[in-house]
Amino acid sequence: MFQYIVRRLLQGLVVIFLVTLATFGLMHLAPGSPVDIMIGEAEVSQEVIDAITKKWGLDRPWYEQYLVWLGNMLRGDFGQSMVRTGVPVSQMLLEAAPVTLKLNLYSFAIAVLIAIPAGVLAAVRRYSLFDYSSMVGATLGVALPNFWIGLMLIIIFAQKLRWLPSGGSGSWQHYILPVAVLATEQMAVLARLTRGATVEVLHQDFVTTARAKGLADVTVIFRHVVRNALLPVITIIGYRLAFILSGTIVVETVFAWPGLGRLFILSIDRLDYQVVQAIVFLLTILVVIGNLLTDLVYAYIDPRIRIQ
Amino acid sequence: MAEVRRSAVATERISGLTGFERERRSEFSRAWRRFKRYRPGLAGLAFIGVLVVFALVPSLFAPYDPIAQDTAMRGAPPSWAHPFGFDHVGRDILSRIIWGSRIAMLVGLGATAIAVTIGVTIGATAGFFGGWVDSILSRFVDTLLAFPTLVLLIVLAAIIGPSLLTVIVVIGTTTWASYARVVRADVLSLREREFVLAARASGASQARVIFRHILPNAMGPVIVLATLGIGGIIILESALSFLGLGVQPPTPSWGAMISDGRAFIRHYPQIAIAPGVMITLTVLAFNLFGDGLRDALDPRQRE
Repeated sequence: MFQYIVRRLLQGLVVIFLVTLATFGLMHLAPGSPVDIMIGEAEVSQEVIDAITKKWGLDRPWYEQYLVWLGNMLRGDFGQSMVRTGVPVSQMLLEAAPVTLKLNLYSFAIAVLIAIPAGVLAAVRRYSLFDYSSMVGATLGVALPNFWIGLMLIIIFAQKLRWLPSGGSGSWQHYILPVAVLATEQMAVLARLTRGATVEVLHQDFVTTARAKGLADVTVIFRHVVRNALLPVITIIGYRLAFILSGTIVVETVFAWPGLGRLFILSIDRLDYQVVQAIVFLLTILVVIGNLLTDLVYAYIDPRIRIQ
Repeated sequence: MAEVRRSAVATERISGLTGFERERRSEFSRAWRRFKRYRPGLAGLAFIGVLVVFALVPSLFAPYDPIAQDTAMRGAPPSWAHPFGFDHVGRDILSRIIWGSRIAMLVGLGATAIAVTIGVTIGATAGFFGGWVDSILSRFVDTLLAFPTLVLLIVLAAIIGPSLLTVIVVIGTTTWASYARVVRADVLSLREREFVLAARASGASQARVIFRHILPNAMGPVIVLATLGIGGIIILESALSFLGLGVQPPTPSWGAMISDGRAFIRHYPQIAIAPGVMITLTVLAFNLFGDGLRDALDPRQRE
């Protein structure tokens, strides 16, 4: 197990190195000098330009620039926003992160609470009406673009019925529509996954054995089937963590939700590169940590992985 | 698949000589027979057929010019002559939907072609040569698979500058990792098989072994994955265009049409409806077609 952890940690570091190098490289591949890109469309004095050049070591060779850049980023110093002049990027991120996390937490909790029991039930009652209808729903849910469902919900619930606000945040009513959109998307993926994993486990010998020794159906399902079926589901949730977060980019834009996703798009639009690179950097770290934790949890639960 | 076909032909030749004539069936017709059993897959294929026709000759089906503006009709609701109504600058929405299928197909097929080419090349290289080449390429593939594609697309599109070509290239170069992973695993097991040994023994060059013997046998899963991937790519394209980082106006892209609908949602809420339905149906069609293909071409992956 120890060897396994060390190997995975090293691999994680390699991945962080590769992606940070790529993020850093993007700034240099883009047309224009790095200073121009960092400034974007903002009007700044020569002093600011000199300060940026010095801070990020832009007058030194590229590998030194990378080290300076990485050092700044790892210390949490992401520079200053060029659009909201003088505001540190880290402060903007700290303002936006909690609302995004809350939004994701609620929608994810709802998705798990509905999709996992539905997936298990669909697999256990395979080819039943429930199985067909929930899988038709899930197939449709995967095909629906989330920003479009968002707009349709705004038209129905905010404009026609006037029950809910169409955007912004503040009260609990503001949460309902964006949470519904995000939950729909995740539910569709999760329900299909759970059903597939459960169907696979149902055919295993140990399930037949459990049945043969006379255990009640409920006991077999909960003790033997669900516990094993959830393993791959948990893994995929772990690996998809970053994907789940990236789903909020579009949804936050639709609902004018003041979170990280909207900040990301606004910064892209205003060419506020310092903010963009900070978000990409943090996302990378999150992806690597998420994958690492998932692997370790999986190896801890399932000894077969460690031995391989 | 090529190997299987060759041996089937040989058997038929022999059985023909001995008098046990059996109905000849190509690999294609056998796959088709399996595919036909899955009705939703057929429906998907039919819808894709219609889209392809729309994409090839949109002018035959679109009743009006997709970019001609009739300012007097701005935001006019549906009528018999204009079943989906007009958009915010007075363009016929039905005509824009039909022309939009060309953009969807161009992006879906173009980006997939790029992704498959890169993915198969990288996967085959990693699987065939193994060792440190495999280690490095596999790390790269894992990283790309773990990283949320939409974030990468947004950054790249913003840096390169949004256009139709940018969208195709950028999506193609960020979505190849799943092909590489599948091809690598297949090549890894295929290179140990007897027919590869036989080819080597009869003096085939390395390139011939890879391209004639190994890759054709790894293509089934790739075709299935590519079909299932097109739906996702169409959603990515429409999300990018919705954010203003994809296909630029006045080109009719479904995602950009939804973006127009969002800007004018208060006054003309009907603008966003039709393009969203079209995206959903198209993605659904490719997903169902892909499910059917998986059953027909790649029986190992059936649930």
